[in-house]
Amino acid sequence: MNLQGKVFQGKSWGYLGAIVFLLALWQYAAWSLQTPLLPTPQAAIAATIRLLEADLGKHFWVSTYRVVLSTLTAFLIGLPLGIIMGYEDRIDRFLAPLVYITYPIPKIVFLPLILLFLGLGDGSKIFLITFIVFFQILVTTRDAVRKVQSETISSLRSLGGNRFQVYRYVLLPASLPDVFTSLRLSMGTAIAVLFFAESFATTEGLGYFIMDSWSRAAPDEMFAGIIMMALLGVGLFIVVDFFDNIFCRWQHLNGYKEGK
Amino acid sequence: MIEVSHCDFIYNQGKSQVKVYDDFNLTIEQGESIVLIGPSGCGKSTLLYLLSGLQKPTAGKIQILGDSVKGTRQKTAFILQEYGLFPWLTVEQNVSLGLRVRHTVKRSYKPLVEEMIQKMGLGEVKHNFPSQLSGGQRQRVALARALTLQPDLLLMDEPLSALDALTRERLQGLLLEIWQEQKLTTVLVTHSIEEAVFLGSRILVLLDGRPTKVVGEITNPLVGKSGYRQTEEFFQKTSYVRSLLERGGLDESAR
Repeated sequence: MNLQGKVFQGKSWGYLGAIVFLLALWQYAAWSLQTPLLPTPQAAIAATIRLLEADLGKHFWVSTYRVVLSTLTAFLIGLPLGIIMGYEDRIDRFLAPLVYITYPIPKIVFLPLILLFLGLGDGSKIFLITFIVFFQILVTTRDAVRKVQSETISSLRSLGGNRFQVYRYVLLPASLPDVFTSLRLSMGTAIAVLFFAESFATTEGLGYFIMDSWSRAAPDEMFAGIIMMALLGVGLFIVVDFFDNIFCRWQHLNGYKEGK
Repeated sequence: MIEVSHCDFIYNQGKSQVKVYDDFNLTIEQGESIVLIGPSGCGKSTLLYLLSGLQKPTAGKIQILGDSVKGTRQKTAFILQEYGLFPWLTVEQNVSLGLRVRHTVKRSYKPLVEEMIQKMGLGEVKHNFPSQLSGGQRQRVALARALTLQPDLLLMDEPLSALDALTRERLQGLLLEIWQEQKLTTVLVTHSIEEAVFLGSRILVLLDGRPTKVVGEITNPLVGKSGYRQTEEFFQKTSYVRSLLERGGLDESAR
């Protein structure tokens, strides 16, 4: 087996171990607390399988759709704008104060207002998540571009590169590793916001499903929702890692070793 | 070939202005190998940036082959300090980048890039990234990239300063070979007296005076002769360059 295969196998065992550990912890907690509010893992998994045959799958896809679409939108607006702000001082001088003042405001408090304007459908939820994640990506990207050394830009210009090519060949690839880190962090935020947004005035999505099970006092069903929410989070994390490995391969290498 | 006439270069440092060059003149003939040597911060690199067109003189003008330098020029290649490689591109992509940004079609640059990679002995590492290379290999990537542009003027900013002694000597030999083979005009900045005498057909000793002064100009007709490093002449030239640099140092303390 080649080295990569071995590393991969080693990693898989680690993940398996982590899952077993968490399940054991859960099992132990369920046994020792002996409360109907905390079902055992077996009961929760059984409920998940049972409910997936009903409509849990639908709720899962609705939530996935909302969180993926909004993160993607935030990414597609935040990345170019962040790169431009990081490089073009004149634009940054104009926009930076605006970002600086609005970034720390908890955007989630605008939910009632957003519901008022965009209604109770998907639009308001997607807008809220996009709005929050956008700022995280924007600020990270801008700071990443500012770290790019002027020599790197000079190097491209000395080869004859124009302004557009500086963006294409220097600023974009240089900022991508940080952008992926912020995407990873944003995933957590996005799902938290998703849960919050879905627990209001809606009848679709995992957030609704969890709150609905809770109000019907069906803890095993509620945990089925939580398990799917966790799977959604882990799944998105893996997707981001996958793209990170493709687009930032140079970041994941073993460095030069003397005498290699 | 290159005519620097009455150039001033001033940059702003906070509120004060620093005059790096004041009425600076320099003529470089085609095929010369000019070495600029002097203490840190004496404006050597600035001169390279001016010649490359990345910086513009505050006053005066620079002409290359009769054309005024306005921005970067197709036939000038510039190897920046720390090699200016892009860590996110493989060796092959780094070498071909100059041709790519000039919108050369892939079909036509592919063989040229491959030839240059082989010539620089980078064949085995062409799919590696710069972080996986040794210092000497990185420098050869930078050279390969510069040479694919088929320049008539090659500017180098301390190209060998970060290398160990043996790699350094080997690459000095390579630079000499390239210069002789391609009849390039080269301008090289260095800190090393020995390197200056080994590589420069003309050596300019610069001292930081705000503005920069040329305190010595040494012609070095024997450059490139085999075994030059071991000759009496070589030793004399290095001593002379050293004395010019040291005398400048004395001036500095007297001021």
